[in-house]
Amino acid sequence: MYPTNYKYSQEHEWVALEGQTATIGITDYAQHSLGDVVFVELPKAGAKFSAGQTIGTVESVKAVSEIYSPVSIEVTEVNAALANAPEKINQDPHGAAWLVKGRATNPGEMAKLMDAKAYEAFVAEKEKEAGA
Amino acid sequence: MGAKMVNFGGWDMPVEYSGILAEHMAVRTKAGLFDVSHMGEIEIYGSEAIALVQEVTCNDAWKLSDGQIQYSGLMTVAGTFVDDILVHRLGPAHYFLCVNAGNQDGDFNYIDTINRFATEVLNVGDRYSQFAVQGPRAREILQRLTPVDLSAIRYYHFTRGAVEGVACLIARTGYTGEDGFEIYFAPEHSEKLWDRLMDAGSPLGMIPCGLGARNTLRLEAGMCLYGNEIDRTTTVWEANLGWICHLEKGLFLGHDALARQQASGPSRILVGFEMTDRLIARDGYPVFIGEQNVGRVTSGSPAPFLKKNIGMAYVPFDRRTPGTEIQIGIRGQKAAARIVKTPFYKRPK
Repeated sequence: MYPTNYKYSQEHEWVALEGQTATIGITDYAQHSLGDVVFVELPKAGAKFSAGQTIGTVESVKAVSEIYSPVSIEVTEVNAALANAPEKINQDPHGAAWLVKGRATNPGEMAKLMDAKAYEAFVAEKEKEAGA
Repeated sequence: MGAKMVNFGGWDMPVEYSGILAEHMAVRTKAGLFDVSHMGEIEIYGSEAIALVQEVTCNDAWKLSDGQIQYSGLMTVAGTFVDDILVHRLGPAHYFLCVNAGNQDGDFNYIDTINRFATEVLNVGDRYSQFAVQGPRAREILQRLTPVDLSAIRYYHFTRGAVEGVACLIARTGYTGEDGFEIYFAPEHSEKLWDRLMDAGSPLGMIPCGLGARNTLRLEAGMCLYGNEIDRTTTVWEANLGWICHLEKGLFLGHDALARQQASGPSRILVGFEMTDRLIARDGYPVFIGEQNVGRVTSGSPAPFLKKNIGMAYVPFDRRTPGTEIQIGIRGQKAAARIVKTPFYKRPK
């Protein structure tokens, strides 16, 4: 379910690092919790963010969720296809529905994030809390 | 069932099953089944039942005949809402109130305290489960399970009859803007009735629906939600619910305050708006006209059937005209919106 080459934040974003290029998206758990996604607001290319800063907003029918950058990043590209097809976030959150790409300005931050196994345990705990 | 649950007034309620969009569209085009057992029930019995109902509500319960239902407000002395309720007349000495889940005990205590008549007030929420079958195919689906001729039950009327052998109060009411029925029955039959209704409805496109779709459907239909549009700070005039207020019926709680406000005119009124900007208004966002912050969004959401972003808000009475440009404060921006007539959605006849 959760790609093992990605790292995950407690706020349910994923980040994939290839060389210096980071790709950021929201996790399957996040899209499922939100429900039908109807609106996405993303930053402009060139924008710089520190880890933990808000880089955008994803809205479902019922809720608004801010997206926090899991690592410090200088955005080079945003996923423009999502503007007209935000439902892709529900369909392929770990693939086609990535949100932003950019240069990771402090790649050492990757070490603070969870790997797939730790994230799976993290969301299993969340689901247990919700079910209780 | 794979439902996402939320705790609502002590009830674990499904927010959504297959997704709010799919559920919303099913109700507009086919049918949806809602478990709304969280709704509360209060019964009023006795030779002077009508006197008590008339005293605590703003609508005129004398207009009801047996088997008829009325939307009404349970009023404070200030003419504001303790709750919005459905009053069912079972007989001249027996009324059945359907009330909001979170208000059940408050409503009961309020009515019971006011009661000085030859009547008994019973807090009976735990004696009833309630399902809502809503949508253009609702009648066809429910008809498969009952010998009662559903076409003979007019809008805002009810009858008592069996559904799959279970004794029910079958009411032609709903909270979606569609045709449909709300059935009340003893809780031990819940599971069986749910399954039979789904068996009968699935082939006709009925799907289970949660609180999420219930909210988007009622908002599209321009209906108020207690706690959002109406509460103990809003009057019937302000909430644009003057049609449920009958001052001429005689004295009732809130009568004098409402008469005064009718004479002076309310300073604010509830309106519907649609976003002309692409952003989505949400509950609580500030509303501006020009530079002036005039209030807050009471309910805001995407409208899945209309494919617009809509909402309701209180605005100054003299700015209420449809077409008036307003702005909604969304994440530090002022997003353009326009006051429109409600209901946003009206079902085709």
